[in-house]
Amino acid sequence: MSELRQQLLVLHLHTPDLNSGVVAWAMYDGTGQKRHTTGDSEAPPYSSVVEAMQDGWRVIQFPQQFPAYPGMEYHTSYLRFEYILEKLEKI
Amino acid sequence: MIDKKHLLSTEQMANFVADGYLRFDELVPRELNKAAHAEMEEGIIVRGRGGTVLDEVWDDDSAVGKVFRLPEVKGIIHSLVGENPLYDHHAVHIVRPQNEIGQIWHADAIIDLRMHFDIQFFYFSHDTPREMGGTMILPGSHYRRVCETDIARYQNFLGQLPIVCNAGTLIVVHHGMWHCAQPNLTDETRYMFKLRLNPTARQCQLWNSDDLDTASFHGILGRNHRWYGNDVRLEIVNRIKQWRFLTGDDSFDVGYWLSRLENMPENTVEAA
Repeated sequence: MSELRQQLLVLHLHTPDLNSGVVAWAMYDGTGQKRHTTGDSEAPPYSSVVEAMQDGWRVIQFPQQFPAYPGMEYHTSYLRFEYILEKLEKI
Repeated sequence: MIDKKHLLSTEQMANFVADGYLRFDELVPRELNKAAHAEMEEGIIVRGRGGTVLDEVWDDDSAVGKVFRLPEVKGIIHSLVGENPLYDHHAVHIVRPQNEIGQIWHADAIIDLRMHFDIQFFYFSHDTPREMGGTMILPGSHYRRVCETDIARYQNFLGQLPIVCNAGTLIVVHHGMWHCAQPNLTDETRYMFKLRLNPTARQCQLWNSDDLDTASFHGILGRNHRWYGNDVRLEIVNRIKQWRFLTGDDSFDVGYWLSRLENMPENTVEAA
């Protein structure tokens, strides 16, 4: 079995621009070193996706953009600009 | 008849619409907090049936019943859901000592399409410092249409608000508020009493609206929450619609957001 384990960083941005500010964030650690949880930090680990990329995180998912469904133009729900990034760490 | 001095003000109502919650620090007297805390520890609080008139759920000896009969609390209830609301359910939320994992983010119940709204009280009968939790809420999340734990992948937001408070504090939230219990790193068990109430009256100017024409609330209804990002203007539209519902003023607007969209002239003008 490989000695590499995946760490995931989920960043939600102000706009789809990868340079725009982070408004929400989450981390999931496949190395087993840390269990992240709700409310465990008051400031995001990076100010933008680009800044995280500069620190070695690889973007593995872009949010697709769809026009609003008819009748749903003014409804709000999930955070729309969600980027998922990964790092592989040796254990 | 409730004394007007206990009703919410127009400014407080605007804050409720913009943020989804109101906070009342140390509102409940110390002795009543002790008695209510004891009832929670002993697990003796009577559970009503959903849809029961609130006043019929707890007898006069119940400490929790006394909390929700305080004139100040009745004023909050009257302002938001009317004088005689229905008891929906209650829950004693318990977080054991040295629990290091927070509850997942969630909104209670399922997607709710109503403009009418229920309220939920979060009552903290004992001091709740940050290392004890308490409940985390996300101000401004109450109009988001999500089903229960659909939002469980999220962990942190700009502007998330842990309720850190002294004994006797009450928070009242719109039913759509996103929230989660926070870790309890102390050696004491943490309690929080949650009560959901349903309206029985049309929610239109149930508060002390004497100052509706003079109060300064447009800025409150246009407030940003940093986690909104690009959606802030959509959230302001949600608030405009809620304020119209609450005041009966179908032409109310913040800025020009809805008036612009509603401008669809049908009159014809002949060319010269």
